[in-house]
Amino acid sequence: MASIKDMTDTHNWSGQKLVTADHMLFEAPREKHFMTGSEVLKEAVKRCTVDASVSYPITPQSEAAHLIGELWAEGYVGMYFRGENEFGVMAEVAGCAMAGARTITTTSGPGTLRAMENFPQWSGTRIPCQLILMARGINSPLTIQPDNLEVTFMLETGCMIWYAENVQELFDMSIAAFIVAEKPDVHVPIVTVVDGFFVSHTRESVMLPADDIALFPYEPYKAPLPPIDSETPPGRFLRDPFVMKSNYISYATHASWQWEVRSAVERSRRYAKHFLKGLVHVTGSEDAEIAFVTCGTASHQAKEAERELMKHGIKSKVIKLRTIRPFPKEELLKELEGVKHIFVPEFNVVGWLEKEVKTALHNNHTANIVGGPRVAGGMSLPAEAILKEVFEHINVEGK
Amino acid sequence: MANQGPAYYSPYPTALYEGVSTPVEGKAILLDKEVDEETAMREIAKQMLTKENATIFPGPQVLYSYSDEARKKAALIKEMAEVLNAKMIPMYDYRPKYPKIDAEIEINPNHPNLTIWHNDIKAAIFIGVHCHYANVALKMVRCETDCYTIAMCALSGHEDAMATIRDQHASDLEQFIKIAREVKAELKL
Repeated sequence: MASIKDMTDTHNWSGQKLVTADHMLFEAPREKHFMTGSEVLKEAVKRCTVDASVSYPITPQSEAAHLIGELWAEGYVGMYFRGENEFGVMAEVAGCAMAGARTITTTSGPGTLRAMENFPQWSGTRIPCQLILMARGINSPLTIQPDNLEVTFMLETGCMIWYAENVQELFDMSIAAFIVAEKPDVHVPIVTVVDGFFVSHTRESVMLPADDIALFPYEPYKAPLPPIDSETPPGRFLRDPFVMKSNYISYATHASWQWEVRSAVERSRRYAKHFLKGLVHVTGSEDAEIAFVTCGTASHQAKEAERELMKHGIKSKVIKLRTIRPFPKEELLKELEGVKHIFVPEFNVVGWLEKEVKTALHNNHTANIVGGPRVAGGMSLPAEAILKEVFEHINVEGK
Repeated sequence: MANQGPAYYSPYPTALYEGVSTPVEGKAILLDKEVDEETAMREIAKQMLTKENATIFPGPQVLYSYSDEARKKAALIKEMAEVLNAKMIPMYDYRPKYPKIDAEIEINPNHPNLTIWHNDIKAAIFIGVHCHYANVALKMVRCETDCYTIAMCALSGHEDAMATIRDQHASDLEQFIKIAREVKAELKL
């Protein structure tokens, strides 16, 4: 257990040596561990000099919120408390972040929707908090199974959205996420998504740096809006009269404000490219005419399908999207050069990623886009299902 | 910023959607071109010295901030106004002014065009304004007016201004004043 100390220029309150994100992510020596996604998130938060975390740890979600609570008990997280419900949690996260605290929370599925009003409010107030979304679907009867339907509801909230495939990416992304979100010209919330159960509850190998180092603290006075302090009351602009008026000044302010939030998300590209080593990650044959565009664990399954196709002598490639907002349109177009058939396997019934891909490629690419295969409600996505989809749409020998 | 205003009745498309982003460290942006800081400073000085009713809009970070840096910057901004023959109209705070702003004496990020229209300002420097409010204001100014906007930012810069320069601290303002004096002499003003 760390003992609570004063923050210095070189060490945080738990005595961890302060380092840059570049050092943490690219330079510090790493050792192999075997952990679940929830455990790995705890390890990431431990190294981020997190000021505050708020949770509503109902069962069943994941252990993540509970484990961040342990970090508070161990002296690594400045403040930790429970909200009354998911809406309360997200509102309290906003309060912490507006007051200048590096803040994280985690939720999934129905909890995300219950808190929904808060997410565009988060981005509108330009807070750089992080939500770890361990996707688990939304429907009636209530599901607790892996499914990423809720992501479609998050797409237009003005938050950045990154998607991790496995525990290693979850660790690295959730650290980088704070740094990118806190850049003064970005400074919007970030939602780091992983597929619940497949990542949150599954143990995998992960390379971690030592836990005696942590990120430099957040600097709230570099925020694009004044943080709450003894001179700045909370939510000042929410009470200001322009929001209530029906006149051109009000319309123009709101329009400009909303474009500014979207512009801020776009500004994150350059930083995300650096810390994630690219907004997309490609595996398979460079000259393939078949491509799988994926995110999350669907990428893993698509990679298995790619290997199986290769056994049939069919070249393919997997283009994994690491960021959904901003959407990596240019990178995707570049990787799709020469591709004739695009498949978008997904863990949801609506095909939100297929829609994103089609929007990006409309009038920009001539490939045939197949939205599928899709599974939902907790079903797994075996490579065989992906192969079947490919063989149904493409005339190939040796199927 | 790709185009000087007035653009449309709406702030869309913003500079980002026209492919212009904040400058990288050590660089500045003039319209849609990345340039070095000195080139930008010379152009900013020229615009301010040659456009009608050039005005500096100092914001809360230099008007009220309790730091040596802010105090030093405030004195330098006053000197800058003298060198550029510019007026100064402060952005006192970020609350919209109702029922009516006194556009003669202040500017507000929620309706900055009113002050620019009223004073017929053709070039303006935003300095000491929190980045979000500067960006909200700059988008509106471009869509509503033909003012040449300049953002001298202590952080990352503002792509919605026609000229933006980043990481501007007191020592950089001193450098700008030196360059502005040279440009003024070259223009025989």
